[in-house]
Amino acid sequence: MGEKKTPYAIEIDHVFFSYGQRDVLQDIHLKISEGSFLALVGPNGSGKSTLIKCILGLLTLQKGSIKLFGQSIKKFHEWNQIGFVSQKANSFNSGFPATVFEVVSMGLYGKIGLFRFLTKRHKEKVKEAIKQVGMEEYMNQNIGELSGGQQQRVFIARALVSEPRLLILDEPTVGVDAKSVQNFYNMLRKLNTEKKITLILVTHDVGAVTEYITDVACLNKCLHFHGDTHEFEEKQDEMMSTMYGHDVRVITHNHDHDHHDHFHDHDGSDLR
Amino acid sequence: MISVFFQYDFLTYSLYTGLMIGFLAPFIGVFLVVRRLSLISDALSHITLSGVAFSLLLGRYYPFFAGLNPIYMGMAFSVSGALFIDRLRNVYQYYKELAIPIILSAGIGIGVVFISLANGFNNDLFQYLFGSVVAIRQSDFQIVSIITIVVLLLFILFYKEWFYLSFDEEQAVVSGIPRKPLHFLFMIIVALVIAVSMRVVGILLVSSLMTLPVAAALRLAKGFKQMFIYAVIFGEISVIFGLISAFHLDTAPGGTIVIINILILLFAILFSKYRRA
Repeated sequence: MGEKKTPYAIEIDHVFFSYGQRDVLQDIHLKISEGSFLALVGPNGSGKSTLIKCILGLLTLQKGSIKLFGQSIKKFHEWNQIGFVSQKANSFNSGFPATVFEVVSMGLYGKIGLFRFLTKRHKEKVKEAIKQVGMEEYMNQNIGELSGGQQQRVFIARALVSEPRLLILDEPTVGVDAKSVQNFYNMLRKLNTEKKITLILVTHDVGAVTEYITDVACLNKCLHFHGDTHEFEEKQDEMMSTMYGHDVRVITHNHDHDHHDHFHDHDGSDLR
Repeated sequence: MISVFFQYDFLTYSLYTGLMIGFLAPFIGVFLVVRRLSLISDALSHITLSGVAFSLLLGRYYPFFAGLNPIYMGMAFSVSGALFIDRLRNVYQYYKELAIPIILSAGIGIGVVFISLANGFNNDLFQYLFGSVVAIRQSDFQIVSIITIVVLLLFILFYKEWFYLSFDEEQAVVSGIPRKPLHFLFMIIVALVIAVSMRVVGILLVSSLMTLPVAAALRLAKGFKQMFIYAVIFGEISVIFGLISAFHLDTAPGGTIVIINILILLFAILFSKYRRA
């Protein structure tokens, strides 16, 4: 593949980004090891999505550099090694008459290229990806007939079908009920441990994912913290308050909790 | 009933032309409906009217145009209308649907002026408005055959790209599918299919053949491929019965085709309700 051997899936070095006058990313350094499951945490407007767009090559860097699997992003062409599931995936036209199988096959279209067709081998891959997310029963159902959580699994399968080494998920559980969210995270952990896929999960709710992830990165324009989950748990109170500007505590979720509380002020007001 | 269509050449042409249009219109219609663009067919059929009227007007003064099938001018107008709609949709980023009434009224307005200049409404024009069995000529048959082959080829080649773009444009672009050229090609095909369909269904009713069978298919289909199968079957049923009854009852085929489509649609809605219950 002509790339240097490196233990890192992503190396972000000295990256700045601003929209006009508004600085969004300031001097970001972040190295994400292959095989890790990283939660990228930060409040609204903290630059999480901007950073993701830079990694996906959707935004051109203004300063600094990004390497993907040891290769500079400017020379990187193997985009099918990177799967992306956007937050928007659950605001698609849900009346669209396409089966789960058809939606997942779309994940291969870019890889197959123009003037070529799905072969039998491709179809096997599609079925395999659907099995990986546990949706094989629904293969021939229309996507609109599924629940939000199931639809999100289908979109993960669509990202998985081109066999990515890195999967980026931007707040994938928005609009998914609490019970399915647990199953969903369990499935992600399985992908991480069994398939060795590097995962980046963008979320504002780190408390809900601490038991699944290996690393945490906290972003609010600058990178406030990057380390493994244990370090994060030790430092979280101090770190969260510097990041959110006042005293905040992370509530680690107990799974029989029905309501979702995220970050709370000590005086009890909800920060969201 | 149908045997008479094989006894006379002109009826054979109209039957085959009708069958091809019964395939083309719902086929393209599937993409239009899922992209929420079904009204475009109305706008483009009206702009086709002004093209036809322009050709008829020129025919009064220049013998060349009198001999030329007006469908060509209709096609030219329809394609330029499609390109205009696309430009307008970019101009009004936040009011994209505005492009449709603009082009639709322009089509009717220009058409009416041309018609008046050509000395008013006559039988010829009536056939273009509501379709006709007897007016279809060999040249119509040839044009429709060519368009059918071209459309089929393009769809075999670009099915997966058009499918992905219709479902989720952003992700399709991220995965490297060239959106602009494919969208451009699609709009041109839509314009051509609308222009040729007017011969059988009539300008005022072209959109019905592109949307009603698709609306019925939407109630029944599991998956995108089935959409095409159902839509084309419904389209063909309506065209065949429309043509037969138009010949035997001496009605305009467009009207019959619409009525049959509405009946199919009602059955599809009732059936899908019953199946879900």
